[in-house]
Amino acid sequence: MSSTPPLRGDSAPTLPSVDASAPQRAGTDFPGRARIGERTLRTDRWWLQPLVTVTVLGIFILYTGVRIFMRDYYWVEEYSYLTPLFSPCLSDSCAPGSSHLGTPLPELPFFIPLPFLIFPILAGFRATCYYYRKAYYRSFWLSPPACAVAEPHTRYSGETRFPLLVQNAHRYFFFAASLLLLINTYDAILAFFPDTGFGIGLGSLILVANVALLWGYSLSCHSCRHITGGRLKHFSKHPLRYKAWTIISKLNARHMQFAWISLVSVMVTDLYILAVSAGWISDLRIVG
Amino acid sequence: MSYAAHFRVWRGDAGGGELQDFSVEVNEGEVVLDIIHRLQATQAGDLAVRWNCKAGKCGSCSAEINGRPRLLCMTRMSTFTEADTITVTPLRAFPVIRDLVTDVSFNYVKAREIPAFAPPKGVAAGDYRMEQIDVERSQEFRKCIECFLCQNVCHVVRDHEDNKDSFAGPRYLMRIAELDMHPLDEMDRTKQAQDEHGLGYCNITKCCTEVCPEHIKITDNALIPMKERVVDRKFDPLVWLGSRIRRRENV
Repeated sequence: MSSTPPLRGDSAPTLPSVDASAPQRAGTDFPGRARIGERTLRTDRWWLQPLVTVTVLGIFILYTGVRIFMRDYYWVEEYSYLTPLFSPCLSDSCAPGSSHLGTPLPELPFFIPLPFLIFPILAGFRATCYYYRKAYYRSFWLSPPACAVAEPHTRYSGETRFPLLVQNAHRYFFFAASLLLLINTYDAILAFFPDTGFGIGLGSLILVANVALLWGYSLSCHSCRHITGGRLKHFSKHPLRYKAWTIISKLNARHMQFAWISLVSVMVTDLYILAVSAGWISDLRIVG
Repeated sequence: MSYAAHFRVWRGDAGGGELQDFSVEVNEGEVVLDIIHRLQATQAGDLAVRWNCKAGKCGSCSAEINGRPRLLCMTRMSTFTEADTITVTPLRAFPVIRDLVTDVSFNYVKAREIPAFAPPKGVAAGDYRMEQIDVERSQEFRKCIECFLCQNVCHVVRDHEDNKDSFAGPRYLMRIAELDMHPLDEMDRTKQAQDEHGLGYCNITKCCTEVCPEHIKITDNALIPMKERVVDRKFDPLVWLGSRIRRRENV
């Protein structure tokens, strides 16, 4: 008995099998695909974005890496300026007056940075951020360096395994960093009320601008968006959370911009306070 | 105003092929697909190209133009200068059939693996009721024209053929997100997304969003929200504890 040939569409398509024992190759040069050979045929300057990212992030990592080991020039007592990199300062090693929350920690040996408790939170918040992940996976890990440019790695498991599973802790870094940001906000307000009375200086304005940008970065975070309302299935049952989600979604569309501007603003704020504290420049006073 | 453009078009099949050079007439207002059609009509009658609507709505004419995944019918010639060489190749993540036509059945396999919409039991199709604000978030994903440019550009499968078994690709992870956010869908899709469809492979480098001709925010509105939902279910002990105590589901 002859069998009827299957009609088109009768059988479900299946994936071709991959020989697991064959040597792994990266790129698009797999058997069966168009043999083009080039890693990419892009003619634009696709390498520029990763280059800029490596440069700016590299400068930031180098700057903060050196800065947190410095034990001077993070506090201007005359105007109550405290750099956000060292706030809150919690040990007996902190300069007098710079510890708004007291000093629960003893003197720290020279090899432990004064912000050793807060810096991992700030760094962790940025390192696990969905935007920065895109930025450094592309530019530092070249996975991929740019869209439609083949990556150099022969195997890829993404965020399915340790240590990259830790990226899932982003929301906890968000909570912790938000607490620190509340303290930064308090610092910025204090900068208007030094011991000599009310005053406004360029430093206090920089601190306020920095805090505003940091709030922009934190509130536009994808985890914040999810916690606020993103996890809901029925917005109609939660009108307030829906409203908050709508606002945060608008901020979220600018998350990349907030990420870069706030990164630079933290460096600029710290550098300004360093310069005033070291006596390189004097604070431009507007009032008081 | 007309001019002669320099085109390089990949010709060949699974056995091999090469980029062939053509000098071809270009007129004002044309798109790359017009030029490919002119090549067919004047110089390469057997050039294979898949196309249909010529309006950016059918998703048939996906290819790579100067190395970037694009729709041939939505790439205006006015975006190039007269001196530019324009290189057109087939999609590089899928097996080639001939010239600019590839076998995209990988996507059909993945589509079949996603369980269909699961409304509440006992509610007939004509009786679905939902509020607009509950359903509009997932409506963005319905704009997808299934051109598979996102599937093609995603490095998880583009650069790693061995991941094709375990990774559904951005288009179908977005489909899971669409269903998971749907107010009437009752299936638990979060664990499926992570354990069966490979959401963890996504490292959110956003190439899918960059190439989407419908400008769907695939990464920000579908993949990252799904990743956060997976964190709720699998990696966040506080949310897990909260769900045990309050026993709230389907909020």
